[in-house]
Amino acid sequence: MTAAPREGTWSAALLISFAAITVLPILGVVLLSFQPEHVQLSGFELPDRLHFENYARAFAVAHFANYLQSSLIVSISVVVGTVVVSTLSGYAFGTMRFTGENILFYLLLTGLVIPFEGVIVPLYVELRAGHLTNSYWSVILPLIGTNSAFGTFWMRAYFRAVPRQLLEAAAMDGAGSMRILWKVLLPGARPALLTLVVLVFMWSWNEFLLPLVMLSREDLRTAPLGLAFFAGRYTTDFVGMAAAAVMVALPVVLLFIATHRRFVHGMWMGALKQ
Amino acid sequence: MTGRGRRALPYLYLLPAFLFFVPFVLVPFAHTLGLSFYEWDGLTQAAFTGFGNYREAFASALVQSAFGHTLILIFFFGVLPVLLALPLAVCSARTNVPGGNALRTLIFLPQAISTVVIGVSWGWILALDGPLNAVLRALGLDWAAVDWLGSFTWALPSLGLVGTWTLIGLCVTLFFAGLQQIPASLYDAAAVDGAGPWQEFLAVTLPGLKGPITVALTVTVIAALRAFDLVFVTTRGGPGTETVVPGILIYRRAFEDGRLGSAAAIAVMLSIVVFAVTFLINRIADRRAL
Repeated sequence: MTAAPREGTWSAALLISFAAITVLPILGVVLLSFQPEHVQLSGFELPDRLHFENYARAFAVAHFANYLQSSLIVSISVVVGTVVVSTLSGYAFGTMRFTGENILFYLLLTGLVIPFEGVIVPLYVELRAGHLTNSYWSVILPLIGTNSAFGTFWMRAYFRAVPRQLLEAAAMDGAGSMRILWKVLLPGARPALLTLVVLVFMWSWNEFLLPLVMLSREDLRTAPLGLAFFAGRYTTDFVGMAAAAVMVALPVVLLFIATHRRFVHGMWMGALKQ
Repeated sequence: MTGRGRRALPYLYLLPAFLFFVPFVLVPFAHTLGLSFYEWDGLTQAAFTGFGNYREAFASALVQSAFGHTLILIFFFGVLPVLLALPLAVCSARTNVPGGNALRTLIFLPQAISTVVIGVSWGWILALDGPLNAVLRALGLDWAAVDWLGSFTWALPSLGLVGTWTLIGLCVTLFFAGLQQIPASLYDAAAVDGAGPWQEFLAVTLPGLKGPITVALTVTVIAALRAFDLVFVTTRGGPGTETVVPGILIYRRAFEDGRLGSAAAIAVMLSIVVFAVTFLINRIADRRAL
C-alpha cells in the first residue's frame, strides 16, 4: 500500500494534463474573442480589457442574432416533435404486444445507423420538388425523422422498466391507454424525458450538413452554418470569428454544464444505440 | 373499446413516429439506392447506367483516396482515443483523484461543442501565425512551425488529432462508467491470486470494459467515417485532395457538379461501410464474450 500515494499523484497529473489539453484551446478562443478588433496576435494573450464589442459586432453586423434565432426555432421544434412522437411510439413498443412488433422496431433501429450522407441527395431533390427547401421545415422534419429512431429506442427502454403490476392495476381501474400514459407513466418519466430533450437539442443545434444543403437563403441560416460562412468569408477576422464561435457553442455548453451527469449517462445510452 | 379498436391501438401510437421516419429517412435512403444506378444532373431526364457509377467510383483514384483518408482518420478518431483513454480512466478510477469528476467533465466538454466551432477554432490555432506555431517558435523550434492545415504532409494528421482531441473525453467517460460496474470481488480475487497491476488489468479490467470499448469504437469510427463537417469548415478537402473524405465527394458531386447518381453511389458505399463497421465491431465483441 506504500505505493498508493505516489500512484495517486501520477493519476492526478495525468488527469490534469489531459484536462489542460482539452481546455487550453477553448480558453484560447474565449480569450481571443475579447481582444481588440484588429489585434495582431501570436499565441495566447490576455486582452487589455474585455472587448465585448466583438460580440455586439457578430450579433448585429454579422447577423448572428438571426442565425441564433434560426437555430433556436429549429432545435426547439425538433425537440418538441421528437419527444411527442417518441413517447407515443416508445409506449407502444415498451408496454404493448402486437403483430409485427419486432420487424417495426428493427426497421426503426436502422435509422440509428443510416448516416445523413446516405439520404441527403434524394432528400434535397424531394423537398425541393415539394417547395420545402429554404424553409425551416426542410431541416426540422428530417431531424425529427432521424431523432425519433433514437427517441423511440430511448423511451421504449424506459417504459419496459416500469413494473407491469402498475400498468395492470391502472387498467383494472378502467383507465384507458392514453390515461395510463399521461397519469401513471409520464410523471415518473421526467428524468428520461429530460435526457432526451438535452440530447436532441444538442444534435439539432449542432447539425451541419442538413441546413447546409437545405438552406441557401442567408436569413434562414442556423448558427453553425452562419459561422462556417463567416469563417469562410472573413478569413482574417479571427477576433470576430472567435466571438461568433463562442456564441454558437455557448447554448449547448451551458445546457451540458447544467445537466452534465444526465447528459453523460444519455450519451452513454445514445452510444449504445449504435 | 371494441376488440378491433384495441388491436389497432398500438399502431396508432406508432403512427406519428413512422410518419416522420418513413418519408424523411427510410424512403430517401431507398431512393439513394435507386439513384445510384442512374446518371442524373438533377434537372433533365435521368439515364439508367446499371453499375456504371459504382464502376467509375471503384476505378477513381479520388474515391479510393477518400476512403483511404477515412482509414487514417479511423486511427486518429477511434484507435488513438481508446488507447489514451484506457490508462486515463483506469488510473483515475483506481486512485480517487480529488476533483476527478470535474476534470472528467472538462475532458468531455468538446463532445457538446458544434463541429463547426471546433473546426474554426482549430483553424486559428493551427494557422501559420497561430498560437501553436507561436509556442513552437518560443521554444526555438522555428523549423517545426508550418501551416499545418495547408501542408500536404500534415493536413490529414492534424485533422485526425483534432478528432482525437474531440473524442477522448467520450472514451474516458464511457470507460470510467464501465469501471464502476466491475465488481470489487473480482479485483480481490485477482489480488489473492497474486496478480500484479498488469495481470490485473489484462484479467479483470480489460474484459470488464469490453462493452464500453465496443461502444466507444463504434461511435468514434462512425465519427471518422462521417468527418464531413470538420473537413468542410477547415480544409474543404485540400490542399490538393489530401483531406478529401467520402462526405466531401458526395456533397461536391451532388450539389456542385450536378452528378447526383455518382454522389448517390458513393453515399451507398459509405452507408454500407458504416453498417459493416457497426456490425463487425459488435460481432467481435459478442464473440469475445464466449
